[in-house]
Amino acid sequence: MNALLQTRGLTAFYGDAQALFGIDFQVDQGEMVAIIGANGAGKSTFMKAVTGLLAVQPAQILWQGQPIGGMSASEIAKRGIALVPEGRRLFSSLNVEENLLMGECAERKGVWNLLRVYELFPILKQKRLQASTSLSGGQQQMVAIGRALMSNPALLLCDELSLGLAPIVIKEIYSAMPRICAEGMTVVMVEQDVSKAREVSSRLYCFQEGSVSLQGVSSTLTAEQISQAYFGLPNKHGAALP
Amino acid sequence: MMDMLLQTLMQGVLLGGLYCLFALGLSLMYGVMRLTNTAQGDFILLGSFSAVAGIAALKWLTPDATWMPLLLSPLLLLIAFGAGFMLQRQVLNRVLGKDPLPSLVVTFGLSIVIQNLLLELFSADPRSIETGGLNIASVQLPGGWAVGVLPLLILALALAATYGLQWMFDHSALGRSFRAVSDDLEIAQLMGLNAKRVYAYATGIAFMLITVAGVLQAMRTTVSPSDGPMLLLFAFESVIIGGMGSFKGTLIGALLLGVTQQIGFLFDPGWGIWFGHIVFLLLLLVRPQGLFPKTVG
Amino acid sequence: MSTFTVTRSNRSSRTAMWVAVLLVLTAATIPYWAPEDNRSAWMREFVEIACYLVFALMWNLLAGYGGMVSIGQQAYFGFGGYTMLMLSNFAGINPFVAVPVAALCAGLIAVPVSFIAFRLQGGYFAIGTWVIAEVFRLSFANMSMVGGGSGTSLTAFTGISKAVREQTTFWMALAGMVASVVLVYVFLRSKRGLALMAIRDNEVAAESQGIAVQRTKLAVYVVAGLGAGLAGAMYYLSNLRITPDAAFSVNWTAFAIFMVVIGGIGRIEGPIVGALIFWVFNKFFSDYGSWYLMGLGLLAILVTIYFKQGLWGYAQQRWGWALFPTQRRLD
Repeated sequence: MNALLQTRGLTAFYGDAQALFGIDFQVDQGEMVAIIGANGAGKSTFMKAVTGLLAVQPAQILWQGQPIGGMSASEIAKRGIALVPEGRRLFSSLNVEENLLMGECAERKGVWNLLRVYELFPILKQKRLQASTSLSGGQQQMVAIGRALMSNPALLLCDELSLGLAPIVIKEIYSAMPRICAEGMTVVMVEQDVSKAREVSSRLYCFQEGSVSLQGVSSTLTAEQISQAYFGLPNKHGAALP
Repeated sequence: MMDMLLQTLMQGVLLGGLYCLFALGLSLMYGVMRLTNTAQGDFILLGSFSAVAGIAALKWLTPDATWMPLLLSPLLLLIAFGAGFMLQRQVLNRVLGKDPLPSLVVTFGLSIVIQNLLLELFSADPRSIETGGLNIASVQLPGGWAVGVLPLLILALALAATYGLQWMFDHSALGRSFRAVSDDLEIAQLMGLNAKRVYAYATGIAFMLITVAGVLQAMRTTVSPSDGPMLLLFAFESVIIGGMGSFKGTLIGALLLGVTQQIGFLFDPGWGIWFGHIVFLLLLLVRPQGLFPKTVG
Repeated sequence: MSTFTVTRSNRSSRTAMWVAVLLVLTAATIPYWAPEDNRSAWMREFVEIACYLVFALMWNLLAGYGGMVSIGQQAYFGFGGYTMLMLSNFAGINPFVAVPVAALCAGLIAVPVSFIAFRLQGGYFAIGTWVIAEVFRLSFANMSMVGGGSGTSLTAFTGISKAVREQTTFWMALAGMVASVVLVYVFLRSKRGLALMAIRDNEVAAESQGIAVQRTKLAVYVVAGLGAGLAGAMYYLSNLRITPDAAFSVNWTAFAIFMVVIGGIGRIEGPIVGALIFWVFNKFFSDYGSWYLMGLGLLAILVTIYFKQGLWGYAQQRWGWALFPTQRRLD
């Protein structure tokens, strides 16, 4: 079993309100897995739980076989899980290069460094001393990805990479993915764009109202199956109902 | 008349140098962790009185070595850093959060504890540090004016501290972490930063600045345990006038405050500080963001 | 689907209310049954505690419910005291009448002050209010007609016997205290009060619900100023001698913070419990001077860190006690 990250019956609460109702999830070394679902389906909550921003039961999240649920975010980052957050969330007082350097706080060794990130996204080298907020949406997304890569993670989590970006920019961003994965990086991406998710991932999960409504090999899932799982409609295979 | 005005201006600038040192620690702590240290003035006095006591002890131990106090300085700074670090780690980190009240109550409580502790240990009598004549030494400037050596030294230290801090923020890894946790605490933690430790470093540095300010204040004039609140208000006004988030702004704010107070003193000794407060409040009314607020993109 | 009922009071709160009414009536008759030689002292002490309580209650309203932490409410305390004194000494107004008038004046002056104070938020708002209080202090300390820095005395009582003065002052303080508690309680149970708590919990969300945030905050600030002014006017009615350093001392706020934090912020019972505890401490320990104050400070720090809800709040959580229920329960 090469399971890198595994969740077993993951439940999560915001105060008294339950947001996740027992998620079983797994990603193996070297895989690219996508998570799709409507707004409010629990995708972001799932990301928060895995990265340590939301407290959960320890045994519900296993990382390289070890329980990490409820650990602090900085601890988890040091163990090799990096997040490209939804909406980029770059540090506004830092310039491009300083944002990238923040990835080094995880104190992990690996192939990724400033030089390689600049090779991946040459435009960033050009703008390295500019305020991060002066960049376009797509360029900011590159910085966010680069920043996560700088921590040399074993697992890269991407939350809504394509949010608010023009199609041509999305294409440019995703064209970098193969090079990232070539080093054996494991990636989990949350994507609004369902077709993109199916295109780039080997497996995908569909979340619906805090539960997994569908999972399977991306290329074998039909559009009909996916849309039914996405919207929570009853389907002839007896999948989850609201 | 012109002479007197220029003299007042100069006195104000020199006074402002000291206010800047009062204010830098406050600005740092607020900038990094949104903590308002209402005990700032009292910690400054703690620094003053520690130095007074330390020098008295040294004098008693080694009465002939007049250079002993100089040896004390780096040790005092080290102790100050440690004290600030521990205070943040053990006490202040527990009360940081969205609600400003707990940290305000705790720092206010500390203010009262320190004031009364100093009162018990040193009584209400004003004290000062012997400077061997440094505090009255003066140097002649072209134009026929005399400027005190100590005030000049203080201003120089203030400038060094301001630019030093700014440099640290802009060019060091620690400075980067300070800016990162201030911008977005959650993401900073996701990057692997231990916010609690970063905060402790910030407070440690702030305490070093506080101690320098305290020692200089005791050299320049007399200090008594109840001075705390007044020093806090001067520090606070300097930060607000200058604009939050900028050390250079704090420096300018402090200089302006010093000048304003000196102008007030010209009219009547009783109205000097009042005038400073009034100008501060008027500025708040007209330009609440201060003169040089850091533009957060 | 079950039906929901919204209830506010429970049995313990109703019993407590009757106990409170009984206590107030008993207290009102103290001038008649208190032992001859202690009567004066008891009444004076009661007035003092009443003033502390009103001040703390108003500070709690502002900080705990309004979310505005101020270290400058002593500005209105001293202003109330001085205004009462000036109206009595110089305008020939009966001092007992001057008290509510002075309170109103304090409330009025809070309006222009708020224009400046509201420029700041959070911790800086707190210190900003302190600066304003200092301006008040320095201003009055430079007014020679009220004795400048050395202060002055209330002279308008010549011609009234000591007994009458003390009794009327006592009843006035009792009335003022009861009125303040009732006022705050009624306010918090009202729609305005709910709006206030909504603002405290989430200002942006409250605004989106149509709550006039700025106006509500101003209203609370003015009421708190009025209350502080009342406390100050009452205090110096009893004390007869006023100085700027005492009237505008930050210690008033320090004690209020202590009372509210120990008792529990954001609850009406909090300041009352805190005031009682404070009075007890004062009785036994105030002779220890600086050590006493140090102890108070340390206690406030410890309670803030370990008993975030204050001692009464802790009791409320543990045992469900509530004297002044303002929260609505869903059953």
